[in-house]
Amino acid sequence: MRNDTLRAVLAARRAKRPAVLVSVLDSGAQRLFYPDAPDESGLAPPVRAACVAALRADRSRTLPDEEGGSLFLQVFNPPLRMIIVGAVHITQSLAPMAGLLGYEVTVVDPRRAFASDERFPGPGVDTDWPDDALRRLAPDRRTAVVTLTHDPKLDDPALEVALASEAFYIGSLGSRRTHAARLERLRARGGDDSALARIHAPVGLAIGARSPAEIAAAIAAEVTAKLREPPPGESR
Amino acid sequence: MHETLADDVLETAARWRDAGRPAALATVVRTWGSSPRPVGSQLAVGGDGTFVGSVSGGCIEGAVVRAALEVIESGCPRMLEFGVTDERAWEVGLACGGRVEVFVERVE
Repeated sequence: MRNDTLRAVLAARRAKRPAVLVSVLDSGAQRLFYPDAPDESGLAPPVRAACVAALRADRSRTLPDEEGGSLFLQVFNPPLRMIIVGAVHITQSLAPMAGLLGYEVTVVDPRRAFASDERFPGPGVDTDWPDDALRRLAPDRRTAVVTLTHDPKLDDPALEVALASEAFYIGSLGSRRTHAARLERLRARGGDDSALARIHAPVGLAIGARSPAEIAAAIAAEVTAKLREPPPGESR
Repeated sequence: MHETLADDVLETAARWRDAGRPAALATVVRTWGSSPRPVGSQLAVGGDGTFVGSVSGGCIEGAVVRAALEVIESGCPRMLEFGVTDERAWEVGLACGGRVEVFVERVE
């Protein structure tokens, strides 16, 4: 790999710009494909299309080339994101776990007492109202949204913004009864059942989690399961 | 905490080059059956044999590092293939029974 190619890959990643590194497997020659500037790559249209598909699937792959050899398409997507509403005890475990899993984590909580630096050192907490914060953060199909405040004033507006997005996972803390009441409120505000069915609640895999850290592990596992869920018709 | 472990591989290779040290990259490009690390997994190898990242659960890293040191010498990229029944020059295999192809290239 040429040094300037390596630098370009690193620059794209720092700028959170999706990119695909296309390598000719016998010679090692390489080109970079950016979906926002497909023409710059100088690649043939079918290769470009394969790059776009690989980015969307988030899967690197080989591709036969015209000369009977192989190309390798290495996908560099921006990091997955997790937006956690509620700077609560569970979040103190979930945020670092999600970080280890490769997520860029944003914690949102307008309540200053919860959002203190002592509880959340490092990047700190976004103290906007959850719906404003969610709109600004614009969850996409590589984003998970988890609401943990247990307070309808904070969780519900965040969920409404999340449900209007392509977020791949939406989860909300609360018992079955709490969640039934939540669904009633969201329905009354115009939420339809198929959309509301996207909310995972009670949040997290059922592993009998009790402590805040265990609940965080259950949530991290459920988010991972959802992320890695094979598309319909494919097995894992 | 925003960087995944995989990110460190390329950053490490770049740092080595900045320091004037040779470096190679090994990348899993194909897998068959059960294999411990998915396609795209990478290993950065320094000229002294130091490595960062992984291309398996630890079964083949030693052999990949040896090959990477040769690639650092020659500058010619190579494709390595590992399988559980592989009886060629590489006397290593994957305990899981999978098969992987690893592309090794020098960072110029």
